[in-house]
Amino acid sequence: MSPDVLDRPLEQTSAAPAAPSEPGPILEARELNLYYGAFHALKNVSVAIPDKSITAFIGPSGCGKSTLLRTFNRMNDLIHGVRVTGQVLLHGRDVYAPKADLIALRKRVGMVFQRPNPFPISAYENVAYGPRVHHLFRGKELDAVVEKSLRSTGLWDEIKDRLDTPALALSPEQQQRLCISRLLAVEPEVLLMDEPCSALDPIATGRIEEMIQELKKAYSIVIVTHNMQQAARVSSQTAYFLLGELVEFGPTARIFTSPRDPRTEQYITGRFG
Amino acid sequence: MERHFDEELNQLKERLLRMGAIAEEMIQKAVKALRERSEKLTQEVFESEKMVNQMHVEIDDRCLKLIALHQPMAADLRLITAAMKINSDLERIADQAVNAGQTCYYHLFKESPVPQISMITQMAEISQKMLRDSLDAFSRRDVALAEKVLKQDEEEDRLKAQALTSLIDLLKKDPSHSSQYVDLILLSRNMERIGDHATNVAEDVIFMVQGKDIRHHLDHRDE
Repeated sequence: MSPDVLDRPLEQTSAAPAAPSEPGPILEARELNLYYGAFHALKNVSVAIPDKSITAFIGPSGCGKSTLLRTFNRMNDLIHGVRVTGQVLLHGRDVYAPKADLIALRKRVGMVFQRPNPFPISAYENVAYGPRVHHLFRGKELDAVVEKSLRSTGLWDEIKDRLDTPALALSPEQQQRLCISRLLAVEPEVLLMDEPCSALDPIATGRIEEMIQELKKAYSIVIVTHNMQQAARVSSQTAYFLLGELVEFGPTARIFTSPRDPRTEQYITGRFG
Repeated sequence: MERHFDEELNQLKERLLRMGAIAEEMIQKAVKALRERSEKLTQEVFESEKMVNQMHVEIDDRCLKLIALHQPMAADLRLITAAMKINSDLERIADQAVNAGQTCYYHLFKESPVPQISMITQMAEISQKMLRDSLDAFSRRDVALAEKVLKQDEEEDRLKAQALTSLIDLLKKDPSHSSQYVDLILLSRNMERIGDHATNVAEDVIFMVQGKDIRHHLDHRDE
């Protein structure tokens, strides 16, 4: 018998990647508290998001998962009466520091929303918009970036012959792919996805999930989802939130086979929430 | 659409087939050890068991995660549940090979040789073929081959009954070699059990491919 039958260590051959701490964190929340007026929406949350990997945030409505996601590129700043304490670190630097550059932050940490929100202009112009605003590319270079971004989301082959189609004439799934392409065109590092499939049918959802799997090779992805099965299918690590608190964070395979906190167990088995 | 999930299912199949190959080799070595009275070969069988045990746990863990994380349906679900059951059968087959090796090493080799070991080697040939065919059937999703394995089990059972009758007879007529004959009865039991486990694998393959549960000949089931 060949001695190499078990040549690969078990850890590498198991279905899902191991501990969330394996790649270094790209994003980190430290003792983060967020208040909407008097409402304490995030309670002392500390969590480290590994690089080039998919992290899922799950939990019942109002648990703070989307709020936390929005702190990562300071989208909550737009809401009146928000107060934040603690830190959010991108590559170790506090994004809430007084001199932080918000434009640069949102370029590096892009966001995909529940409903696709393309601009009411052509598909091409949607993707070209970011690089133009940031003065990144022009002319042929810009064309190349648009193509590359559309290829990354699998949209290129579907619309390459009609790039001047109004974005709003595309199917909802294509619109969502377009919005993601639009983000990729400015070369972000982190993609925040807030329920990116909730407006899509199961087939379109499946295709978006496959696309997300491809994207994780180049980007760090944080996905908020109400769909626990989706979190299980796509993510490498999962965080469960309840009433503004981070209850449990760990490798997705462990969270969905043997969660440590009974509250997580109750939620993922459908007994609660 | 090619799914990432398919890649994981392929890995599962690959691991299971590797485990099957080890189990197959263990039987082969145990029988060769019997034929050649080789203690060294029995030791190799014992050594291989560690690998099989490790893979047994690893494959179960894979299956559990695939179910928990992907909520498989239909053909995917049947593949994973079949893999879990085949995994157990392969582990039991390896155990039978180890038991056969132990009988040889601790008992049979301590006694004078008897010619009747050919009964066992004949059974072992069929067991090995059954296992190989059931694994091929799994790998190729070949229902016809799986059905052939079920047929072979009848032959194996017939040989087992024959061996038992002759050995009991010999026990009475030739008590001076009673220890050897008892050992051979135990070995015939090991070979028969291997055939039974291979039969289970074949049944699981049929269920995996056709969704038809043919076990225990319970053909009339409620939908």
